[in-house]
Amino acid sequence: MNNNHVLAFIKKNTMVIALVLVVIFFSVSTGGKILYAQNINNLISQNGYVFVLAAGMLLCILTGGNIDLSVGSVVCFTMGIGALILKAGLPTPAAALAMLAVGLLVGMFQGFWIAWVSVPPFIATLAGMYAFRGLSNVILGGYSVGVGNETYLKVFGGGADCYVPDFFHGTGLNITCMAVGIIVAVLVLVSTLRSHMVRSKMGIATHAAADFARTVIICALILWIAYKLAQYKGIPSVLIWIALVLLVYGYITQYTSLGRYFYAVGGNEKATRLSGVNTNFVYFRAYANMGLLAGFAGVLMLARAGHAEPTYGVGYEMDAIAACFIGGASAYGGVGKITGVIIGAALMGVINQGMSIMGISANYQSAVKGIVLLVAVLVDVLSKKEKA
Amino acid sequence: MANILLEMKSITKTFPGVKALDNVNLQVEEGEIHALVGENGAGKSTLMNVLSGIYPYGTYEGDIVYNGEICKFNTIKDSEGKGIVIIHQELALVPEMSIGENMYLGNERGSKARIDWNTTYAEADKYLKMVGLTESSKVLVKEIGTGKQQLVEIAKALAKHAKLLILDEPTSSLNEEDSRALLDLMLGFKEQGMTMIIITHKLNEVSYVADKITVIRDGSTIETIDNANHDIDEDRIIKGMVGRELTNRFPKRENVPIGDVNLEVEHWTVHHPLYPERIVVNDVSMYVRKGEVVGIYGLMGAGRTELAMSIFGQSYGILTAGTLRMNGQEVKLKKSAEDAIKHKIAYVTEDRKGNGLILSQSIKVNTSLANLDSLATNMIIDKDKEYQVAEEYREKLRTKTPSVEQLVGNLSGGNQQKVLLAKWMFAEPDVLILDEPTRGIDVGAKYEIYCIINDLAAAGKSVIMISSELPEVLAMSDRIYIMNASRIVGEMAASEATQENIMATILRSGRGD
Repeated sequence: MNNNHVLAFIKKNTMVIALVLVVIFFSVSTGGKILYAQNINNLISQNGYVFVLAAGMLLCILTGGNIDLSVGSVVCFTMGIGALILKAGLPTPAAALAMLAVGLLVGMFQGFWIAWVSVPPFIATLAGMYAFRGLSNVILGGYSVGVGNETYLKVFGGGADCYVPDFFHGTGLNITCMAVGIIVAVLVLVSTLRSHMVRSKMGIATHAAADFARTVIICALILWIAYKLAQYKGIPSVLIWIALVLLVYGYITQYTSLGRYFYAVGGNEKATRLSGVNTNFVYFRAYANMGLLAGFAGVLMLARAGHAEPTYGVGYEMDAIAACFIGGASAYGGVGKITGVIIGAALMGVINQGMSIMGISANYQSAVKGIVLLVAVLVDVLSKKEKA
Repeated sequence: MANILLEMKSITKTFPGVKALDNVNLQVEEGEIHALVGENGAGKSTLMNVLSGIYPYGTYEGDIVYNGEICKFNTIKDSEGKGIVIIHQELALVPEMSIGENMYLGNERGSKARIDWNTTYAEADKYLKMVGLTESSKVLVKEIGTGKQQLVEIAKALAKHAKLLILDEPTSSLNEEDSRALLDLMLGFKEQGMTMIIITHKLNEVSYVADKITVIRDGSTIETIDNANHDIDEDRIIKGMVGRELTNRFPKRENVPIGDVNLEVEHWTVHHPLYPERIVVNDVSMYVRKGEVVGIYGLMGAGRTELAMSIFGQSYGILTAGTLRMNGQEVKLKKSAEDAIKHKIAYVTEDRKGNGLILSQSIKVNTSLANLDSLATNMIIDKDKEYQVAEEYREKLRTKTPSVEQLVGNLSGGNQQKVLLAKWMFAEPDVLILDEPTRGIDVGAKYEIYCIINDLAAAGKSVIMISSELPEVLAMSDRIYIMNASRIVGEMAASEATQENIMATILRSGRGD
């Protein structure tokens, strides 16, 4: 009996355990360097786009294992547009909104073909991948276009000093950062408590011990990251944007009917349509939204890179897809969570960074990423097979 | 005493946490037809999977003795090599391939480098003749009907030189005529010395073909009943299956006052969605009153499902003529299930796995899906309330599950059907169209479903029950429509209806097309 519990726990949290093991491995092999404050900071800034894109990709995958191959090209295209708008002297909000709008339009365009004309998503977005790569070249004229707008760079977390300023001027430790960490942890704790109170009042069975254990671990993790970031320069502004995206999409997928329908369509499209859901519109929303988030990733990447180039964004779609699958999304649709995506993206980020610190060449890094993806999906497939 | 061909001795198979088979014994004599009966989840399929090597030797306890020797099968190929061939409930044919290609799929004639198509088709034709099919083996599988596809499956098994043929629910998707033909074919094979095991829920078939009947309940063999004279009483089998005497297979409905006409269609005509020249529902007029259960009886392919789905927001086909009235008012439904649900019509599909449930989601999520808006404000779902609703219906319908968080895919057929009913009851319809509500579920669960139907009628709902089981239609309906070849060919009050006059009505109307 006890054995079964342990097994069930391992199965349910395979990727969390893998993440912990990988972190331990790199802590040893890099002599603890990977846990330096600066490296944790870089992990977040460098992988920001993966988190954002994977959140959108998850919705596409949920609808039935469908992917969006055009993401990298669309990111590049919106970066180009943003760079040109900023170069023309227009202010930051204009540029950012224009990039989001372009992304959304591209997504709606592809979504239209997929949802109402039944073009297979793979092909519709493959077309987009070629088309928008080409158009990026066209609008940028093949050149790199720099961004000189300081506000833009600061707000979206590029450059050297893009951190939330410390209002308390702590020395050695960023007090604002620490305070935010504590507040977030307390909020998580309070919301768990509240949901427990509501549930026990309504007579719904709860797993109090397991829930609280998890909450405590999450709070500890939040505090630890806050502490690490506080030791360096504080909260990178890009972290705020990532957190916002993940919170919003985590909420949409778990708490709204909008989100529920992505799971339903992926689980059984016919049954969902006969339940009175407009399933075409669900597909459309998934791809329109992917475009929007590709636009947003473009906003963040333009700030980080400081300029737009026609070759940027290559392979981003694959990183996002990999993060989803490593994070437990089903290749057949209907199963997957934002929390999983966070773990998946973090796992890839840690592996990348760990190997970089160890001085392993990028070629090997790619090979290792491939192996990790295969193993992750293998674990998923095998654990399902045993059940059947 | 005939030779014992197969003996399964104290087979025990455990899955993590569950004992699926507990000390099961099965003896099959050479040349007999042996029926295996039991409720859903009793372990019949698991037992057959053990026999055919799907669960390899070593993953179960006990011995399989076949032809006097102990068998250690590791794969299906091993068991097929010995002549044990299983035909699964779900047809495993590739629609785009020819009959011949299908029959020798994985068992190709010729050498490894080159398939010998001449031999393939010549041999395939030979076996097709044996099962009474006149089609050429070069015809594509998608071009023949389900009844014939089932025969192709049998021909495929024969091509593997089967000595022991296992048929898992071979008639579940066949109409009565095709079923009878298949059973007669089995009897013909028996004459030629073939041994067969049949798994089925249809007890009249059991008594017709089986020489011996083994009853399995909760993973154990209960008894083996002799049926050499083919005259066993169905209630006798049911007693073994459910472990108690079911005095009445159909619960009585209290005298429910029948109210005004709730839903009415007139001159309803629907064409096939892909071949618009084909008429699938032809000038149908019918109505259902409040508190009434109306049965629609017809053979498979008579147009019953097409009628129901076209009423449900034109979810099937192209509507070319007809009016729909609810409470006397004409209603023009948009071409969407959403609009039908808004007008308080619900359609409970006959195909619960394909069209009804999301197997990868929990009971809770499935229950709320058709009426999620009622649980949400501004698209934000009240998850605690959702849980309560699911729990409420679990209790009301007595769904057997540890919790409503359980995935629907893990439930037995009867319990899945209850979840499907719960989903549509929660949509709070006034008119409920139930399409084959008891297909493929066991006697005990059927009884509970009938009780639910009675409760719905008592609550003043209108129930339209489509079924191809005559006893069920006769016992449960207030009024019966008879459908044949896309038309309604008769209507009678349940009090006047008998099996004979319903069948006579169908025969009189001719088979049509």
